Amino acid sequence: MSYTPEMKELIKKVEATRPERVARAKRGENFPALSLEERAVVLGKFHPDYQEEGRRALKVGLDKGLVVPEEVARVMESRSMLRPDKVDLSTPDYDTDILILGAGGGGTSAALMATDAGLKVIVATKLRHGDANTMMAEGGIQAATQECDSPFYHYLDTIGGGHFTNQADLVGALAHDAPLSIAWLESLGMIFNKLPDGRLDCRHFGGSCRKRMQSSGDMTGAEIMRVLRDEARNRRDSISIMEFCPAVELLLDETGKCAGAILYNMETKEFFVTRAKAVIIATGGNGRLHIKGFATTNHYGATMDGVVMSYRAGVGTTCLPSTQYHPTGVAYPEQNVGLLITEKVRGLGAHVLNVDGEQFCFPLEPRDVESAELIKEAMEKSKAVITPTGRYGLWLDSPMIDLIHGEGTVRKELPAKFIQFERHGIDISKDPMLVYPTLHYQNGGIAINADCETVVPGLYSAGECTGGLHGENRLMGNSLQDVITFGRRAGVSAAKYVAGGVELGILTLDHVERFEKELEEAGVTDSIVAPILLPDYSTDEVTARRLAEARQESE
Amino acid sequence: MSAPKQVATGDRAILPKGARTIPIFVMGKRYDVPETLTIMKAMEFAGFKFLRGAGCRGGICGACPTVYRKEGDYKLYFGLACQTVVEPNMFLAQIPFYPANRAQYDIETIEPLADVVHSLYPELFRCVACNNCTKACPMHVEVLDYVSAIKQGDLARAAKLSFDCIQCGMCASRCMGELPQYHIAQLVRRLFGKYIQPRAQHLQKRVGEIESGKYDAMLSGLEKMNHAELEKLYKEREREPDMVPLGTWMPKDVSHL
Repeated sequence: MSYTPEMKELIKKVEATRPERVARAKRGENFPALSLEERAVVLGKFHPDYQEEGRRALKVGLDKGLVVPEEVARVMESRSMLRPDKVDLSTPDYDTDILILGAGGGGTSAALMATDAGLKVIVATKLRHGDANTMMAEGGIQAATQECDSPFYHYLDTIGGGHFTNQADLVGALAHDAPLSIAWLESLGMIFNKLPDGRLDCRHFGGSCRKRMQSSGDMTGAEIMRVLRDEARNRRDSISIMEFCPAVELLLDETGKCAGAILYNMETKEFFVTRAKAVIIATGGNGRLHIKGFATTNHYGATMDGVVMSYRAGVGTTCLPSTQYHPTGVAYPEQNVGLLITEKVRGLGAHVLNVDGEQFCFPLEPRDVESAELIKEAMEKSKAVITPTGRYGLWLDSPMIDLIHGEGTVRKELPAKFIQFERHGIDISKDPMLVYPTLHYQNGGIAINADCETVVPGLYSAGECTGGLHGENRLMGNSLQDVITFGRRAGVSAAKYVAGGVELGILTLDHVERFEKELEEAGVTDSIVAPILLPDYSTDEVTARRLAEARQESE
Repeated sequence: MSAPKQVATGDRAILPKGARTIPIFVMGKRYDVPETLTIMKAMEFAGFKFLRGAGCRGGICGACPTVYRKEGDYKLYFGLACQTVVEPNMFLAQIPFYPANRAQYDIETIEPLADVVHSLYPELFRCVACNNCTKACPMHVEVLDYVSAIKQGDLARAAKLSFDCIQCGMCASRCMGELPQYHIAQLVRRLFGKYIQPRAQHLQKRVGEIESGKYDAMLSGLEKMNHAELEKLYKEREREPDMVPLGTWMPKDVSHL
């Protein structure tokens, strides 16, 4: 879908200001960058993480008082799908050694390690095996494998990138295990980009001091996921995958140990009591909560279920208020909305412009500042383009790149982006792109230690649903390494715990009753039911016609 | 300029005033949806909530393969619902799952030989080279070419040709010989990655160093440092030059390698 005639009219305004802007760029002049004080103002006023509006303190649970986005608070203060006193827990439907919630890179790695130790595993997931953010990671995976590099420098880059807010033992574990993870993936038959002699091709990335980014074409996460999934399928005698069957509540025993979960078959609407000697939560991120209405790069099921369930069971969080936004997500065409446009486009000289074709910010501010500037122009100044599907967009003037650096530069330097837009009839060397900030990553989450243990015995967690590893800012390539390193660690730790002999007592949902009582005492009466499992994208008109008050089949 | 009236949030599309709608037929039933939407978002606009048939929503997981025809056109078209834009009068159905045979094997003991692949998947030789698989591929993978390469025993070529496969199963759905092309390709790519592509020697060396405990003290030292000490080390890092070939540059300070 190329630009509509209305949008083509608007592009004329961009073209009108372009010659003068290109001339200025060639003279080395640019829109002035903000001072540190001005940055603080725009961040405070418009960056979602800094704004008081849309954030509030949690009213219940271990992190009571912690200020988080409204959308996060809403699911943290939610009620259970279950009525705990009405569930018969006396005869479990399934019994296993280890129950893993989530079937992305972290959950599948954990399953493989647990079966290496000879245990039986059930993996429960809301979508299909592998439908996860792991699958979507394109760029690569960090590991200090080169001679000039070492885990020491991986540690420094990671903690510096996180503004020194990271949890030290997790960073140490990541730096230590990263090359082991790569060797493990190689031994499972993953295809890496390699030089002819087998040397791993490695690249720099934002915040690196050494070339540490290994990759597999531009679909590194997808290659990891398909190899792990294939291996899990080869172990079907010990790994049962339950698709479209997410957990909706954890089970404890009367001594407070984690003892399984209630699984919910979304197709048949049945609930299954599933007893397990240990549980690993690997349920991924929260992009589909659409904090402040932002689009997201995340997959369909990224609704923070694991944090919600473990919070009710008394597990706290680390860095939960922090979310990663990327300033330039695609706003048009619709099929690419939310997908990333690399910072390189601005690095090559493209200006960010409003609906009148005017510059309003320095294009290379730090990511959080740049995002805030775009939001300001749309929300405060009302100078955004509105797309045919009702979205804000600001122009990213990519045709400038060829005018500054010579014909053909866009195609040469941005081949994947060029093809991605060309497929929809837009030549980004001739026409600008429409962009807007997009939700990218849940920086915080379930509190764990380097062995993936939570404070509840028998309950482990790994991957994007956990917090602390990345501090308040994640570096590229550490998310894929996170799921492999900590997925493997969770599988090993849980297996060791089970091998040590676990005697489960009577199963209970008392923690859920206690949590709901706390909600009541805190005066939270309007809470939603969560985990929400999948987002609802119905329009208001459709929702209205569904007549919520109509008599339902079940009545 | 006046303040924008309606703004879509998240993945929910809102029809701006005056925007055009077009008719599409979902499993034969007409819905009027905004132009420029993807099939996935158009169906959600119409009121569908996906359970099956949606995954990454970014064109890489293979959950939403869709088959469609256009009015007055005999041809079948294939696309991903999350990537394909609606067209007026398109007749569509999703095929979120298609059954296909998958052979069990042990990656540690299997031999990377064409004969082994042929014996695990004898149906390979039921291929009649009709090319329906390639036509059905939403990722434009040359499916028939890699199937032919496997038949001819060129596993490395097949691994490369099949690399963009997202395992949606459309090839298998259209196959006259009832081949599970994407499972066979997965096996071949793992054989290539593990046994045919050369192993990374520097990686093996680093694994040995880590397992010998070489970095344990260094890392526990870092874990105990305060902010100021870490910041000093962070600022002192030497940066590997962009343009030097891999494995040739060494920093001045080699005490932490």
